[in-house]
Amino acid sequence: MGETLIRAVDGVSLEVRAGEFVALLGSSGSGKSSVLNLIAGLDRPTSGSVMVQERDLAQLSREELARYRLHTVGMVFQSFNLIASMTLAENVELPMRFAEVERGKRDSLVREALSRVGLQARMNHRPSELSGGEQQRAALARALINRPQLLLADEPTGNLDSHTGTEIMNMVRGFNQQLGMTVVMVTHERALAERYAQRLIFLADGKLVGDESHSAMTAGAGTDQARAEGRP
Amino acid sequence: MKLPDLTELAVRNLRESLLRNSLTTVGISVGVASLVAMLSLGIGLQQLASRRLMKSGLFDTVVVTSRRDLRNFNREEERNGPAPGESRVLDEPTRVEIEHLPNVLEAYPDIRFITELRYEDKPHLTTIAALPASAKTNDAFETVQGHFFSSDTAPEAILQKTFAEELLGRAPKPGLDETNIKELAAPLLGKEIVMRYAQREAAQSPPSTETNDKNAASGDRSLAGAAYSVISREQKLKIVGVADLDPESMRGPTRARVFLPLGLAESLHVMQPTDLREVSRAATDQPVYSSVSVRVRNPSQVQKVEDAIKKMGFNTFSILDASRSIQQFFKVLDVFLGIFGSLALAVAFIGIINTLVMAILERRREIGIMKAIGASDSDIKKLFFAEAGAMGILGGIVGVALGWAIGQVINLGTNVYLKSQSFPPEHFWSVPLWLVAFAVLFSFLVSLAAGLYPAGRAARLDPVQALRYE
Repeated sequence: MGETLIRAVDGVSLEVRAGEFVALLGSSGSGKSSVLNLIAGLDRPTSGSVMVQERDLAQLSREELARYRLHTVGMVFQSFNLIASMTLAENVELPMRFAEVERGKRDSLVREALSRVGLQARMNHRPSELSGGEQQRAALARALINRPQLLLADEPTGNLDSHTGTEIMNMVRGFNQQLGMTVVMVTHERALAERYAQRLIFLADGKLVGDESHSAMTAGAGTDQARAEGRP
Repeated sequence: MKLPDLTELAVRNLRESLLRNSLTTVGISVGVASLVAMLSLGIGLQQLASRRLMKSGLFDTVVVTSRRDLRNFNREEERNGPAPGESRVLDEPTRVEIEHLPNVLEAYPDIRFITELRYEDKPHLTTIAALPASAKTNDAFETVQGHFFSSDTAPEAILQKTFAEELLGRAPKPGLDETNIKELAAPLLGKEIVMRYAQREAAQSPPSTETNDKNAASGDRSLAGAAYSVISREQKLKIVGVADLDPESMRGPTRARVFLPLGLAESLHVMQPTDLREVSRAATDQPVYSSVSVRVRNPSQVQKVEDAIKKMGFNTFSILDASRSIQQFFKVLDVFLGIFGSLALAVAFIGIINTLVMAILERRREIGIMKAIGASDSDIKKLFFAEAGAMGILGGIVGVALGWAIGQVINLGTNVYLKSQSFPPEHFWSVPLWLVAFAVLFSFLVSLAAGLYPAGRAARLDPVQALRYE
């Protein structure tokens, strides 16, 4: 690609409140994943700012961004992204190793997280021995292990059949409603977004083209939590 | 990330590509083994040389000779010092003067002569040397069978082992060990040998006073007025000990094969080679010495004492002079052996870099995932360092064992060869504990250095690109 600058997102300005369930919709190449990566602190905007809990991610150092990803954000991906050579328990434990959580406490936390997603019986299996749905549930357990306030999901059901997809989405909704977690989900399935999200944001060619609130969902009250304005 | 987690993850990752990492570790082991083998050879050879020097028991000794002794002449001193004829004579007052120098324990004359000894009516010709009482505590005499002289003037003798063999009519075999000395000493201790020697005796009166007066009157100075006679004498000696001294070791009294107490040797006034040169003095009771041995309190003061004696106008020699150049030689040898040994480790160094760079390519996605879930750059960097370090330590330990084994095999092989050539077995392979520690540490550090580039590269990996990469 060299030095050519591609504007994946340009002039997008949006605010997400704490406890909100937001879906980013758009066709492939619309810039929705780029917005998610900006909020996740995996990428930095070339201009503009990404404010999360009063901190501008664009101004953080690489180490500070890593700490932000470790403690504030949990991520799930379309392709699950579990580490193939590790068992489920090891995969779920990994963020705690980076967070330097005491060894004695980890075991019970791993069990708790895996039982919440119904995988306690599979904790010593490797990802390749599990179905897609089970892998995504394990990825959810890993995303939640450090108790983040923000769950970011990039096409979480993209590799799953509709039945398993529903199962995963119900879990995500459960975390949103029971734990009060803010959820930002990227998807291209409008029906899925309408079913679960309180708010749908439409992106096309890197620009924000629509923002619909779904009155059907009751949102937990909250203050401004995440606000993104950027041109990465 | 904490060290236990780091180690656990590193070992887990190493196990994942077991074959490749094992091969890299074997590469490190071979490098360390060659380094250890080379260095232990250098150290072993140095120890062998020092052992030989130590056995001569002269590390705290300075040998003083007169510059008048042209046979010992040193070309450098010929240019710098006074001319030989104008130099001082090494006589009794000089010996006392040297003995009073600071840090000097004692200075005793080296009395040494070749003469005939009779044992059971069979003549044997050999070199005899006098030993001061202080030699009793000398390292070289620690292994004496029997005992040391009962007094400084006792008519007793200690034999060097090859001479003991000669007396017993045995063919000298190379490489006798201590048990044989015991066996040698048993039939000889307490036996008597008779020493024939030439005694120098000052003439009671000048040869012819008449002629002397006449000559003096006519101005003829061909006669300096001193004279001595040489008388053949016999002295009975009791064999009290057999010593395991190396007759081939450096100079000094140990080169002789029969030893007498110094007091006895002095009282015998045995004709010395210097007596011919210093003829005017030989006629008096004040003897002139061919050389004086000076014992210094501490080997570290040898140089100072040597300098002081040189200032007095004498030539000096010490084993330290010789050992200094030997040590220098071994230092150079060690450096060269170390460089050759390190070559294999340099190859291993490149192997580690290659392995880790391959690992980055293979684990690109994994690194991306780790970063996405919160691993910092330094976590990733440390993880790669830990993997390199673990390979280094493991390779180091295996390498030291391998190097030690190679050394043992070569040692064994060489000794089998030496034995077939009827040389005594030698231990010229030494792996001291510090070398083990050094080798493992060095291997660890080299591996960390090799990990520097891959670790930096892995840490800089962009997680977005790494995760996009399928």
